[in-house]
Amino acid sequence: MLTPQEITAIETETHKVPVRSAACIEALKIVQQHRRWVSDESVVDIAALLQMSAEEVDSVATFYNLIFRKPVGRHVILLCDSISCWVMDYTSIRDSLFEQLGIRYGETTPDERFTLLPNACLGTCDHAPAMMIDEDTYRDLQPAQLAGILQRYT
Amino acid sequence: MQPLTQHIIPGAPPLSLDTYRQKGGYRAYEKVLQEQDPASITNLMKEANLRGRGGAGFNTGMKWSFVPMNATGPRYLVANADEMEPGTFKDRFLLEGNPHQLLEGMLIAAYAIQATEAFVFLRWAYKHAATAIRHAIAEAEAAGYLGKNILGSGFSIHIHLHTGAGRYMCGEETALLNSLEGKRATPRAKPPFPQVSGLFGRPTIVNNVETLCNVPHIVNNGASWFQDLGNGPDGGTKIYGVSGRVKKPGLWELPMGTTIRELLEEHAGGMLEGYTFKGLLPGGASTDFLVEQHLDTPMHFDGVAKAGSRLGTGTMVILDDRTCPVGFVHNLEHFFAQESCGFCTPCREGLPWTEKLLLSIEQGAGTLADLELLQMHGTLLGPGNTFCALAPGAMEPLQSALKYFREDFEQHIHQQKCPYAHHLHR
Repeated sequence: MLTPQEITAIETETHKVPVRSAACIEALKIVQQHRRWVSDESVVDIAALLQMSAEEVDSVATFYNLIFRKPVGRHVILLCDSISCWVMDYTSIRDSLFEQLGIRYGETTPDERFTLLPNACLGTCDHAPAMMIDEDTYRDLQPAQLAGILQRYT
Repeated sequence: MQPLTQHIIPGAPPLSLDTYRQKGGYRAYEKVLQEQDPASITNLMKEANLRGRGGAGFNTGMKWSFVPMNATGPRYLVANADEMEPGTFKDRFLLEGNPHQLLEGMLIAAYAIQATEAFVFLRWAYKHAATAIRHAIAEAEAAGYLGKNILGSGFSIHIHLHTGAGRYMCGEETALLNSLEGKRATPRAKPPFPQVSGLFGRPTIVNNVETLCNVPHIVNNGASWFQDLGNGPDGGTKIYGVSGRVKKPGLWELPMGTTIRELLEEHAGGMLEGYTFKGLLPGGASTDFLVEQHLDTPMHFDGVAKAGSRLGTGTMVILDDRTCPVGFVHNLEHFFAQESCGFCTPCREGLPWTEKLLLSIEQGAGTLADLELLQMHGTLLGPGNTFCALAPGAMEPLQSALKYFREDFEQHIHQQKCPYAHHLHR
């Protein structure tokens, strides 16, 4: 069931658009903000609120890579794997993250602290390699910096 | 002269409304509202030959002129701030540094097409830009630049910020409109063009951020001033960028038509010690490689086209002699295969196929027949055979790599391994 706060936030979005279904992506983002991810149950709830079918909502949810349809950790690491970062050796950052976190892409640490995902170009190519953790962007990364950066997230 | 970036200090907070106004900001907007009719603004942009900075290079005034001005009901203006072309980071700089410049450009554009609502479609990753735009919209609202009957002109407009949920496809203007409607970002058939039937079926203009940022300056200074800023047939400045193994990767606002050599050698400081230039993508991942012989190419639309590539976003990615070209292209095709929306078969099936072929060559399992297959994809996924420009764009670096770096491909096949130290290790 959606919480009253979620419903209020989604309703606010529906007032900005001419048809309720146009608030679908916003609704998914709102639910994800509150719960970190969007469950099957939430898909059904959003669909009912926006007068859509659950299948329609799910087709939108699964299209966008930053809508998470599986549980994620408290912090999500998005490592840029596009061309400038590849040229600048992002793979050394990737391997170091694999090793330090003990997980691969798409996985979450057993303590639910981190989920690690590859991401397309983060748009900071003059400071490659780069990654984001939640809202923060890290640039000009060196493997040796990673332990210190990860420590900031509990 | 650097009209777009002159007031931006890298790393400093974005210009506030007050500072922006002290520097002459919103003067162009006030002038058009008070003195000019919408059609004259569109004509001015046409005359200035402001070509779209998102990559396609279409004349902005021409685009605006396709909006049916006699149609009643809502019409929309959208700023495309979904910068996701790999290797591209220019709009981020404008958004984070001077959000009011974008808003002023949007407001003038909205007035020219008599839009009733405007949207900024911003990619999810640009968190600082989102904060800056949200704040700028609030400031502009408080100052009376947004809202109803603005400055007593009878013109009303609101600007909304939409932050995306990922996917490269959202940058394609019709896919962007589907995404704004809360749908999957698949492209639409054209015609009808968005100018006639766009967002929610209403007349809609979608312009790139850098394009819109030019608009106030053209209003203030005129079409011939804009023309004179460029070196060559295209007017204005361009925000160029360089990334890869150069001494000083970065962004510079320079006259449109600055040569690749000047960008690479003077502004980016040349190659890093121990690395030699081998090739470059002039304007993002979906542009053809250029090589040594093209270094004196002027970076304007026609100049780069003449050299066999596209200006694209004007942000170059450098390939050096120690980086494997096959691995480089594999990385690009991996991106395109992943970002294909899956709507049309050649793109959905063809791109993963090229990715797999490149991987097999890179890992030493390729055959010469694979090169023929890769070549064939250039036609099968080329212009006219797919629903939108994603797959044809993806074929540009692949086809040009096969042309300029053929020896590298053949070496991989003959030696059955990648001869480079920097290659895919996965």
